[in-house]
Amino acid sequence: MPAAQLSTSIPADWRDFLALTKPRVMSLVVFTGLCGMLAAPGRVNPVLGFTAILCIALAAGAAAALNMWYESDLDAKMKRTAKRPIPAGRMDRQSALHFGVGLAFFSVILMELAINRVAAAVLAVSILFYVLVYTVWLKRRTPQNIVIGGAAGAFPPVIGWAAATGNVTLLPVLLFLLIFLWTPPHFWALSLFVRSDYAAAGVPMLPVVAGPRTTRQHILLYSLPMAAAAVAPWPLGLAGPFYGIVAAAFSLVFVGIAVQVMLSRAAEPAEMKAEKRLFAFSILYLFALFGALVVDRWWLA
Amino acid sequence: MSDSPPPPSDEEIRRRQRARAIVMAVLLLAFVALVYAITIAKMSINR
Repeated sequence: MPAAQLSTSIPADWRDFLALTKPRVMSLVVFTGLCGMLAAPGRVNPVLGFTAILCIALAAGAAAALNMWYESDLDAKMKRTAKRPIPAGRMDRQSALHFGVGLAFFSVILMELAINRVAAAVLAVSILFYVLVYTVWLKRRTPQNIVIGGAAGAFPPVIGWAAATGNVTLLPVLLFLLIFLWTPPHFWALSLFVRSDYAAAGVPMLPVVAGPRTTRQHILLYSLPMAAAAVAPWPLGLAGPFYGIVAAAFSLVFVGIAVQVMLSRAAEPAEMKAEKRLFAFSILYLFALFGALVVDRWWLA
Repeated sequence: MSDSPPPPSDEEIRRRQRARAIVMAVLLLAFVALVYAITIAKMSINR
């Protein structure tokens, strides 16, 4: 019997529930949500700001738990994910489902009651998008899974902005677009050097279906509009020159590494230095741009 | 020959239940404190 189907008679450890929320992924979600809130006009009450960020974090955790519930069979086949609580047999699927659904409802209801309806609505859409559109519908069906599914991870700055202002304007939409266009190069760089894992699990990631060469071309193809979306707030007058210069410099480096990836012919994961560099830099890139935006709006405006 | 793990001892089950109960108690207390703080914050905004 596969580990994913085991029904454990021992109650799951609380640390396994914490692991279901993918805390490391949550840190980027919380950071972009916080930056979206801090970039918004006006000042948010610290308690309400904390509550809004808590709701974003809980919703991200809920979506991650539901993702692990649905994908436990895939996780069991991949080395990178086989030690997660369900495939490792430390938790039964039903506990993960109950935990994920409970957390999702709790985060949306708390956002509605403590913050505002717009933020709660966008929060609910982001959870549903990640679970239903990405996890259930797209991931196993199309190599474009990460392109459309990437929208789920792009919601936090919009939610943060909506929590602060009660509406959604052009800047949070541009921040959404930035993360939306950043997600494919980020995940395709990763999927190039863990391709065998995805192939073994039958996930139609682009490198598995179309090969590394096409994937490398697509990485560069998406990096260019991503760079444009990153710099756009400056010429549009939505951010100052500090943000603009940081965004332009980091985007230039990003596109430079994406060119290196496109020119790379490495076939073995150990040789994929440019791909690994792009994956690592892409995380720094997002932190740097959102950090620069907050500095620009708070201290240099 | 079966490769299934040995059944957990009662002691281990109790230990897990106790740990979960403590974590739940801490979370509930934190929630009560949060609701209190939200109420005060909303009252100060609406004043």
